[in-house]
Amino acid sequence: MKEKLVLIGNGMAGVRTLEELLKLDPAMYDITVFGEEPYGNYNRILLSPVLAGEKTIDDIMLNDLQWYADNGITLHTNEKVVKIDRRARKLITDTGREERYDRLLLATGSHPIILPVPGNDLDGVISFRDIKDVDSMLTAAKNHKHAVVIGGGLLGLEAANGLKLQGMHVSVVHLMDTLMERQMDPVSGDMLKQSLEERGLNFLMGASTEAVLGDGQVKGVRFKGGLEVAADLVVMAVGIRPNIDLAKAAGLHCERGVAVNDTLQTFDPRIYAVGECVQHRGQTYGLVAPLFEQAKVAANHLAKMGIARYEGSITSTKLKVTGIDLFSAGDFMGDDNSEEIVMQDAARGIYKKIVLRDNKILGSVLYGDTADGAWYFQLMRDGTDVSEIRGSLLLGQHHLGDAGHGGTNLAASMADDAEVCGCNGVSKGDIVTAITQEGLFTLDEVRSHTKASASCGSCTGLVEQILAHTLGSDYSEAPSAKPLCKCTGHTHDEVRAAIKAQKLTRIHQVIETLGWQTPDGCAACRPALNYYLIAAWPGEAQDDPQSRFINERAHANIQKDGTYSVVPRMWGGLTNPKELRAIADVVDKFKVPEMKVTGGQRIDLFGIKKEDLPAVWADLNAAGMVSGHAYGKSLRTVKTCVGKTWCRFGTQDSTGLGVKLEQLTWGSWMPHKFKIAVSGCPRNCAEATIKDFGVVCVDSGYELHVGGNGGITVRVTDLLGKVETEQEVMEYCAAFTQLYREEGHYLERTAPWVERVGLSHIQQNVIESDENRKALAERFAESQKYAQIDPWAEYAGQADLRKEFEPLKQIG
Amino acid sequence: MSDWIEVGSVEDIPKLGARVVKTAEGDIGIFRTSDDKIFALRDSCPHEGGPLSQGIVHGDKVTCPLHSWNIELATGEAVAPDEGCAATYPVKVESGKVFLSLSSN
Repeated sequence: MKEKLVLIGNGMAGVRTLEELLKLDPAMYDITVFGEEPYGNYNRILLSPVLAGEKTIDDIMLNDLQWYADNGITLHTNEKVVKIDRRARKLITDTGREERYDRLLLATGSHPIILPVPGNDLDGVISFRDIKDVDSMLTAAKNHKHAVVIGGGLLGLEAANGLKLQGMHVSVVHLMDTLMERQMDPVSGDMLKQSLEERGLNFLMGASTEAVLGDGQVKGVRFKGGLEVAADLVVMAVGIRPNIDLAKAAGLHCERGVAVNDTLQTFDPRIYAVGECVQHRGQTYGLVAPLFEQAKVAANHLAKMGIARYEGSITSTKLKVTGIDLFSAGDFMGDDNSEEIVMQDAARGIYKKIVLRDNKILGSVLYGDTADGAWYFQLMRDGTDVSEIRGSLLLGQHHLGDAGHGGTNLAASMADDAEVCGCNGVSKGDIVTAITQEGLFTLDEVRSHTKASASCGSCTGLVEQILAHTLGSDYSEAPSAKPLCKCTGHTHDEVRAAIKAQKLTRIHQVIETLGWQTPDGCAACRPALNYYLIAAWPGEAQDDPQSRFINERAHANIQKDGTYSVVPRMWGGLTNPKELRAIADVVDKFKVPEMKVTGGQRIDLFGIKKEDLPAVWADLNAAGMVSGHAYGKSLRTVKTCVGKTWCRFGTQDSTGLGVKLEQLTWGSWMPHKFKIAVSGCPRNCAEATIKDFGVVCVDSGYELHVGGNGGITVRVTDLLGKVETEQEVMEYCAAFTQLYREEGHYLERTAPWVERVGLSHIQQNVIESDENRKALAERFAESQKYAQIDPWAEYAGQADLRKEFEPLKQIG
Repeated sequence: MSDWIEVGSVEDIPKLGARVVKTAEGDIGIFRTSDDKIFALRDSCPHEGGPLSQGIVHGDKVTCPLHSWNIELATGEAVAPDEGCAATYPVKVESGKVFLSLSSN
């Protein structure tokens, strides 16, 4: 018989946990759910748009009753659990029903706080918490005129805005002098108040409620000092407190919320708890993103996988009032040890403040222009050193020399038919429709349903903004540290550390040691693991061809029709008649349909059948050419200009240096592709300042530039330093390359890596410390001993390697 | 079914890999999982015809090398939310030899 799992609380956190659990193991439990409301699971954070008349109840339903039936879940609505008997492992409801459990999940949410003042129980005094409250407000708006909202926080302002749009005369009463003082500083709070006043809301600031007046039905509110305001409806939105009544009565340890550990387990190991009722490491959460992170972890443990940990969340806030843009995150007030960068443009209604300590973002408040909120939030969560970009930080992400369509922030103003994802032809409207109709919450879900940002990923930022904007919410995507892939909760860095510390040299060892959720990983993690093993243990790790993308297995680039393209290496872009004749002969002999010169100064042969590849290589090998690795996460080419041998402006032998650098670095596997260029003078004809490693020759020596990229997001290199001799260029290049090989995440180019770790970190290792530089260069040389093997020659020599290219059998 | 054709031995196919059988009607990919299950699929992704045999095999799925659709080896179905299906072929293993039937399922 299956074990029995009972969920108390049919809300977003609890049901999300069930969804995550069903994904992991749909058949492990016999599941029963108790909910006090008469509905399925709805999106509570979208009650404000319902009140404002922008959405209907149907729009915000996440799991209708059919969903429970389809998944074999027994749902008891309108039924309240009144007691948990932990000894007998059963619970009792207000209908007298008794239900046994093997595991129990508490998701009882929170209670709205009702002020302890006389008259708080009169008709017409309500909170803003569920569909019933919204119905009461909509009814009141039809029949009455005056509303008072007590509480100038997020919820209170959303309620007030909704009631105003429903035609009521609304006064907002707030105890403090600043609206939303937990999310706003005084300046932005005043700007918010002003724009809400322009929309017709009245404010009573610093007002302490003394009594609700009336006789059966509410008539007004009286404040300290004697002021009275007429009211037909009073909404109390002064806060929430975790609903711990049931847990406390059952003897579970509770403080402000139900205490749970990093696995979301309460003090009774059979009972888990998630959501607003929970207190984790002293924190309680009322926003949806942390609840979903908790749901994922709880589901993992309920499914008995036992590897995930919840380590708390950093949250951000967005106000869901259409037309008012407001964002805040982290510590935005600062203290004596922090600094502030502020931009204020009263006429345009824009205010931005970023609080920094030690060059890292502690918090931010944005008003009027919140487009970069997600970016600041990301920088804050990642603890990025912003000293390099401090000067343009307030101007936004698109001022960082990003000439592509990278993080420009247009989600709100974009037209529905505007294209968001250029790779897959997905418009903003497609994404919004998918989010609302399919009930999507995360970037991963949007990716798999719409394909937006699923290919090159350059529109990821924009898709995240559309997600946030559509959910209109305080929702923020992604836990603080992203796992390597869906097979594991471990991050790239954790996996690399384990490979090093425990001397893992095989993929299956990593998968077993770190408790992967899949038996042999997936197409995302296996290539990453293969690289991490080779990078950590050159010579000892075993390269696994089946964990490499086909291009690296076939040493050629797969094309859309299933044929391949082949690029022979031409050192530094130099070639000669013998090589060109050999290439021409191959083209004739194998009827290669197309030849093209690549952006990296090499010749590409297109349309070669897989079974012809070994023979093509053999012919090119015979002319002295080796694989160009134009297909790999590896060194691609070293692009050069002609330099001082011929050029009248040339200052050094850029071509010769390019040849030497290519001989130094060819064959090395990297986290992603890696391009080098050498220009003979600052005219920079080899475009060295958009390469991963670029050398610009000057009269007095060599400038070394790193972290450039000419692809999706154009990024100009940072100047790493300047050296005087070719020998130094070689050593610094090897050291930089090795540092990237050791620290870059798989599929992370040097450009984002440099931004992630900061240029100063790289300079400390490669420029300032002679010892570190030499050690890095030595480790690179050691790894090159095993990497500089021409795959073409290797395949020609080994019959079993060639099998890959031959059909298993020919029938008919 | 009497039309079983021997196409090779299990050992000819790499674990977590595939080999191609060429037929008059087009290529068929023969896949081998980590636990030595053998599957046969038409070597054409339902999305844009990518050669599935060249993809990375994981669990009982293969990821197409062109646009990373995941295809179930047993049914040929694309993993949701992608939709589409590659034809499957009956395949069996007897004493280490792989037999394929060309009558598509």
